[in-house]
Amino acid sequence: MADIVLDKVSKKYPDGTVAVRDVDLEIADGEFVILVGPSGCGKSTILNMIAGLEDISSGDLRIDGERVNDKAPRDRDIAMVFQSYALYPNMTVRENMAFPLRLAKLDKATIDEKVNDAAKVLELTALLDRKPANLSGGQRQRVAMGRAIVRNPKAFLMDEPLSNLDAKLRVQMRTVVSRLQRRLGTTTVYVTHDQTEAMTLGDRVVIVRAGAIQQVGEPQQLYDHPANLFVAGFIGSPSMNFLHASVADGRLRTALGDLPIGSRVRGLLSDAPENLIIGIRPEHFEDAALVDEAARAKGTEFEAPVELVESMGSDKYVYFTVEGERATSAELEELAADAGASDLPTGGGANLVTRLSAESAVKEGENWRVWVNLEKIHLFDPSNGRNLTLHEGRAAGVTAE
Amino acid sequence: MKLRWGLLDAVVVVFALLPVLWIVSLSFKTTATLTDGNLIPREWTLENYRTIFQTDQFVRALVNSIGIALISTTIAVVLGTMAAYAVARLDFPGKGALVGVSLLIAMFPQVSLVSPLFDIERQLGIFDTWLGLILPYITFSLPLAIYTLSAFFKQIPWDLEKAAKMDGATQAQAFRKVIAPLAAPGVFTSAILVFIFCWNDFLFAISLTSTERSRTVPAALSFFTGASQFEDPTGAISAAAVVITIPIILFVLFFQRRIVAGLTSGAVKG
Amino acid sequence: MTVRVSEGKRAERRLGWLLCAPAAIVMVAVTAYPILYSVWLSLQRFDLKFPDEREFVGLSNYITVLSNEYWWTAFGVTMLITVVSVAIELVLGMGLAVVMHRTLVGRGLVRTSALIPYGIVTVVAAFSWRYAWTPGTGYLANLFSDGAPLTERASSLAIIILAEIWKTTPFMALLLLAGLALVPDDLLKAASMDGATAWQRFVKVTLPVMKPAILVALLFRTLDAFRVFDNIYVLTAGANETSSVSMLAYNNLLRGLNLGIGSTMSVLIFISVAIMAFIFVKLFGTAAPGREEGRR
Repeated sequence: MADIVLDKVSKKYPDGTVAVRDVDLEIADGEFVILVGPSGCGKSTILNMIAGLEDISSGDLRIDGERVNDKAPRDRDIAMVFQSYALYPNMTVRENMAFPLRLAKLDKATIDEKVNDAAKVLELTALLDRKPANLSGGQRQRVAMGRAIVRNPKAFLMDEPLSNLDAKLRVQMRTVVSRLQRRLGTTTVYVTHDQTEAMTLGDRVVIVRAGAIQQVGEPQQLYDHPANLFVAGFIGSPSMNFLHASVADGRLRTALGDLPIGSRVRGLLSDAPENLIIGIRPEHFEDAALVDEAARAKGTEFEAPVELVESMGSDKYVYFTVEGERATSAELEELAADAGASDLPTGGGANLVTRLSAESAVKEGENWRVWVNLEKIHLFDPSNGRNLTLHEGRAAGVTAE
Repeated sequence: MKLRWGLLDAVVVVFALLPVLWIVSLSFKTTATLTDGNLIPREWTLENYRTIFQTDQFVRALVNSIGIALISTTIAVVLGTMAAYAVARLDFPGKGALVGVSLLIAMFPQVSLVSPLFDIERQLGIFDTWLGLILPYITFSLPLAIYTLSAFFKQIPWDLEKAAKMDGATQAQAFRKVIAPLAAPGVFTSAILVFIFCWNDFLFAISLTSTERSRTVPAALSFFTGASQFEDPTGAISAAAVVITIPIILFVLFFQRRIVAGLTSGAVKG
Repeated sequence: MTVRVSEGKRAERRLGWLLCAPAAIVMVAVTAYPILYSVWLSLQRFDLKFPDEREFVGLSNYITVLSNEYWWTAFGVTMLITVVSVAIELVLGMGLAVVMHRTLVGRGLVRTSALIPYGIVTVVAAFSWRYAWTPGTGYLANLFSDGAPLTERASSLAIIILAEIWKTTPFMALLLLAGLALVPDDLLKAASMDGATAWQRFVKVTLPVMKPAILVALLFRTLDAFRVFDNIYVLTAGANETSSVSMLAYNNLLRGLNLGIGSTMSVLIFISVAIMAFIFVKLFGTAAPGREEGRR
């Protein structure tokens, strides 16, 4: 077991493209860290550099305090689980799991013992003599994990290990991975593009975009206090609503009406541009009829036509269209492209997704009064995506004094 | 419906096998019944086989055929494996040129090489030697080997090699323990295809040889004379033809699936 | 720091070249050099029967060959065999491919027997055909005619074409079968839902999807058929004006020992094949084999 430190690690290709730019990251011993980002953001390249499968162009990689840039994968004592599982098709499950031990020249009795132990942990004992071709997707995945844990490496690297499973199995395996990591306490770096996995699995989440780290933090911290537009839009499902806003007469002019600004934000806004983006999570809206007096004061109300209601049982997703400009920025376009949403038809005006209480009597086609919690609103600078409401790592809405 | 397909199947099988059965039948006929025009021999005999195995002409040609085909196949498959691995796995300038050159050679009119090779080989002193045939055989089977093998290599997932490295294997161990066992069926398939090619060649065999020293069976067949100078060689030729057809039939029977896969991967995807 | 990256890259390149070099050297040495050498030979008078009269004669060998009616007869014969046999093979091969694709009973048997003509030594098959059509000996000769079909031009050519078709239809069928397997079942189902008949489905759906496979098969077989030699050598030895260009070149070289004229024919055949290949590649467009690296 060991800690892993990336010190200004970069990856440049001979044709000049930079896949990873100056990544600084300290992963503590026994920590479970998730690298998440849209496809092509460089997260897999970072993982491959830690593994030793790709050269590091500049910067240092230290495992257990030792610089390992020039070490071959086999000398780093790290195990990896691949998206395709990469099980050797010509070997049985037992031989697959024994392969790293045989290469390490352990004696036969030890190998058998370790393989049997790992198989027991992952409930593979009955499958040990089968070939990978005769296993289901979930079983193959467990064999891949087994091959990784069997030799007690310093760290596990996992490259989207669950993305080839169907949705239901993925949820089950998520808990298996999580429990296994807790039990073994081995430092783990896990790459995924699935933000649910990122939020549920890791001790800390690293959000990567275009080869650079956007924010590192515990899942809840990233959700509540996103450092920028990209993180705010990437984390959360359904994702945060973004609307255009401008500052006028000491108030924020938005499609939801003019919003008051508290002194804290006013101070932060002093050198901000005139045009801004506000971001509101769906759960920070509520049916105005259901908000009690005490809460009402924290927010503001507006009225808009209801386009669509999706009843989830526990609550309702209600879609509104509001008049006004849509928010635009490079980050938002990238997020939309990653979600595949850039191809979806969008009508005039801005679309709003809200999550209202199940008791709400909201009806499609009618105008409805909605309350929004101003203490939870974020303000972003469209030119660089920075979260303007964030102060010392904490966001506190636009009205905070 | 089923009957119609069955009937078509039968037509295909008969059409494909009839000429083979005919030459087999001829080879078992006695001298007296050889010219009776009957599809099935009236009298059976092994005399023709006894004759050819007693003549030096055939035995020598058979040794030449086997030796030349095996050596050419081995070398072509080794060189082809190396090149195909590079084509499938590595990125280097000149790769496109290599693929292009092999495609050109696959379409090359072999007869165009007969005149120059005839002269060059005479000057080099390798005319009418094994080497003189092995060289063109390797050349013309390399494209086949490279296409088939690179198609096979491309099917082996990259991740396996990475996984082996992560599991502590050196580059050589990764190749030996993980890639080689997976590539073996592909190598074997292309070896069969190359062997069939070398075994079948007639043009080079008849142009670049002049004596029994290196003449292969297909070339030797046309010089057959039978037991004595004046005897009709039909029976002997048929028997010799059947002998050299046996390995082909065995290949086709046992490795039908592989041959089909190899041929189509090489030609369509390649 | 960038040096280290290009170091790994360079190692990869070096390995690539190292692995390809032996194959590339053999292929180029045995084809490129001889073909250039044969261009050189074709510009000389060079008859091995009169080695002292060797001299440089410019293009006069080409004039001799191209104004010779034997050459043009052989060229015509070659083209005839190529066009007729490839056309019939395409139809039969497509039929065979469909049979192999659709058959469930005896699939292995059909494939195995179809592979035998492909694998068998051409000369062996040619002898089988020759004896079959030899009066007295052969079952076919006695069945179909009372003359000797291999001594007349038209029937000889027909038998040569038959032998070619028998030998190579399976290869054609296998290539087409691979193309047939690429046609998605759903597409055919959708077409039949849209009201297409079996024939319409074949023409409007299957054939267009198979087009690349068909073109590859045609290319390989056309160039292969143009090289026809073994069958003619055994069946007629070129008698009765049934020589192909390959046969003619061979005869000039090994019977006539005329290296100059033989080489001239070699070069002309090479040029013909190059032209045909060029036309095919033009037709292919991006579907040309070997382009896949670029397509990805």
